[in-house]
Amino acid sequence: MEMKEIIRGNMATALAAKMARVDVVPAFPITPSTLFPEKISEYIANGELDAEMILVESEHSAISAAIGASAAGARVATATASQGLALMHEVLFIASAMRLPIVMAIGNRALSGPINIWADHSDTMAERDTGWMQFYAENNQEAFDLMLMAFRIAEDRRVLLPAMVGLDAFTLTHTMEPVDYPSQEEVDDFLPPYQPPYTLDVNRPMTFGSFATPESYMEFKWSHTRALEESPPVIDEIFEEYKKRFGREYKRVTGYMTEDADVIIVAMGSVSGTLREAVRQMRKDGIRVGAVKITTFRPFPFKEIVELCGGAKIVAIAERAISPGFAGPLFGEIAGAFINQPSRPLISDFIIGLGGRDVTLKDFREIASTALKEAEEGRVEPLVKWININPEEAPPGGE
Amino acid sequence: MTVVIRNTDKELFTSGHRGCAGCGEMTAVRQVLMVAGPNTIVANATGCLEVASTGYPETAWAIPWIHVAFENAAAVASGVEAALKKLGKKEGVNVLAFAGDGGTFDIGLQALSGMLERGHDVKFFTFDNEAYMNTGIQRCSSTPYGASTTTSPAGRVSIGESRPKKPIAAIAAAHEVPYVATATIAYFQDLQKKVKKALDTKGPTFMHIFAPCPTGWRHSSDNAVQISRLAVETGVFILWEAEGGLENLKVTYKPKKRKPVEEYLKMQGRFRHILKKPELVAEIQKMVDEKCEKYGLPPVEG
Amino acid sequence: MVKIYLGAVNPHPGSALRYKTGTWRTMKPVVDEQKCIGCWFCYMYCPDSAIQMVKRTIKKEIGGQVKEIERDLAVINYDYCKGCGICAAECPVKAIEMVYEEK
Repeated sequence: MEMKEIIRGNMATALAAKMARVDVVPAFPITPSTLFPEKISEYIANGELDAEMILVESEHSAISAAIGASAAGARVATATASQGLALMHEVLFIASAMRLPIVMAIGNRALSGPINIWADHSDTMAERDTGWMQFYAENNQEAFDLMLMAFRIAEDRRVLLPAMVGLDAFTLTHTMEPVDYPSQEEVDDFLPPYQPPYTLDVNRPMTFGSFATPESYMEFKWSHTRALEESPPVIDEIFEEYKKRFGREYKRVTGYMTEDADVIIVAMGSVSGTLREAVRQMRKDGIRVGAVKITTFRPFPFKEIVELCGGAKIVAIAERAISPGFAGPLFGEIAGAFINQPSRPLISDFIIGLGGRDVTLKDFREIASTALKEAEEGRVEPLVKWININPEEAPPGGE
Repeated sequence: MTVVIRNTDKELFTSGHRGCAGCGEMTAVRQVLMVAGPNTIVANATGCLEVASTGYPETAWAIPWIHVAFENAAAVASGVEAALKKLGKKEGVNVLAFAGDGGTFDIGLQALSGMLERGHDVKFFTFDNEAYMNTGIQRCSSTPYGASTTTSPAGRVSIGESRPKKPIAAIAAAHEVPYVATATIAYFQDLQKKVKKALDTKGPTFMHIFAPCPTGWRHSSDNAVQISRLAVETGVFILWEAEGGLENLKVTYKPKKRKPVEEYLKMQGRFRHILKKPELVAEIQKMVDEKCEKYGLPPVEG
Repeated sequence: MVKIYLGAVNPHPGSALRYKTGTWRTMKPVVDEQKCIGCWFCYMYCPDSAIQMVKRTIKKEIGGQVKEIERDLAVINYDYCKGCGICAAECPVKAIEMVYEEK
């Protein structure tokens, strides 16, 4: 039995956590994720959710308490963004190395310097080495579904890894969209109680977080990495089950009109909707353009990217993050997918929408036409192009 | 025919750890766990204790134990406690947080304050050896005035540490938590009575355990207990407890004759430079005397 | 071969006992069983849990009669004793003497 509400993205993730019967929520507010702990507090205050909320004094303590709670056998969720996620940085590696299935909603927001509260992927991109799974939502329905599935995927005995679910700041976190959600009974059937293999249990004492010398550290890291690398089939399996149960289909990477495309634009998050509309319009004008949306960024979908994008002349990456001194992070990842392929398209990098700058149909037209020109000339120069910016730098020394 | 009453194999913190010979902290941990018993979970910060006791594949812990990072023992313990509460498994289980002075006074202070303020049923123990020992004896806010450490070394123009010791137990007590106490290994009956009291108290408690370090303080390996005794007998370290705030502070041991601080300083190489200058000894004596007067200890004799 | 468990957990409590720290010492404590009064102080102060307390009975002359009384005895576990000397320093009746280890 499906129910529908028109809710903000934050509420969708909070609803998913509530329906997942989360046990412990250690949380600290930060724009734009603040509504998540607020909503959870409200659920608890009204007796709708039986959970322990820990109103920690910083995000570092939030993720630390999450580890303690998860290791003690509780289902744990929290939410943060930007600076909060960055503050958690050192502990994130530990959470995944300990194979604790913590689920965290990230209100994708720009990292400071200067401070900015709007949509941007730099926060989760900066954490792509932490060993967490990463999912990106296009709309609030996806935010709900991915958050709910994250618990199931993370806790699967073949995976046992923490997961981040990214939803763009304000565009999704605060915008109200219709969300279909199942009944509690259906969710309980989909998501059984959390049963970890190892816990902090006085009846079976164990040591979590040993000191590992060069004699053992590498084996531990190998084992940890393998878990992430072997998770795609499990993710696909659970996506398939979700479709059977609730009728909504998810793929780790989704192609749109890619089969005969000359240029394929790759994007993640909320801009994907705008991108598909741009593709439809450009197709009407005879431009052979396609779109690819990456939903599961970690584990990185090497195979699927090559399959979907390999036939194009050029792949244009439209990304909301930059790794200064290199290019956009997604460029590095996608180039890495192609580098050893016998034939590969040109790969061009476009920086869009940093710090919440609006991304429009016009921007995608510009990207497509620039990329097609590069394909014609057979070279991508310059590699990184910034879309829709208008700087006028003041002379040094002030005016 | 002999019956073994207490033996190595049944300890909750076993032999075989890599702590220095004569380490005061290891003794303190044992004394605490003797009272806590097997229904105990420990969240431990990074430090000497953690590194020396859990070099994979060896672990000296026979109770459930978790180490995450340096500054978050109190936060991890908060999470463990909340989880056990939610799962209905908290009854009869002690949740302890162990940290060195580094992971308590400095980098750990935020998480500690948060845990105390939120009222978790967590018992925090700081094992204070007055410097960041595991990284090689660097100064901490716990380092006493005049002590030589690698980042506050005594030199031609330096007397070593120039700042007084941060009053961590008073800071904890200022949070008005149900129970705060100070203790040290030489007075183990006092220490264990306080541990019991902490465990029996509902809510957050803090215990400051003074633990000499032969390596960092430069004393011989058989002196840790004697030095902790002298710290109390000279008034350098005062044994007290406070239930629900500083105004309820009660000194639990007053030396009948308070010894001059020089007897404590002369046992430790980290104060060797101080002993060469009588005016510095006098300065430290004055600082100790002022504190002792506030706590109602007798004046120094001898 | 490095045996690894999920999440780098160590599921063997007390496995530190595999490492015999007794090889560290240069001096070792020797308990005079006649002098030992079973006060447990050395047990309380040992950083390495290297002292075991055992029950025993000794013959003691009390009021002209020789009686059998129970008195605990400290037994050093030389597998782990690091020879720090705290037990000898703290024994209230000086029943423990530090002697050089014979190689």
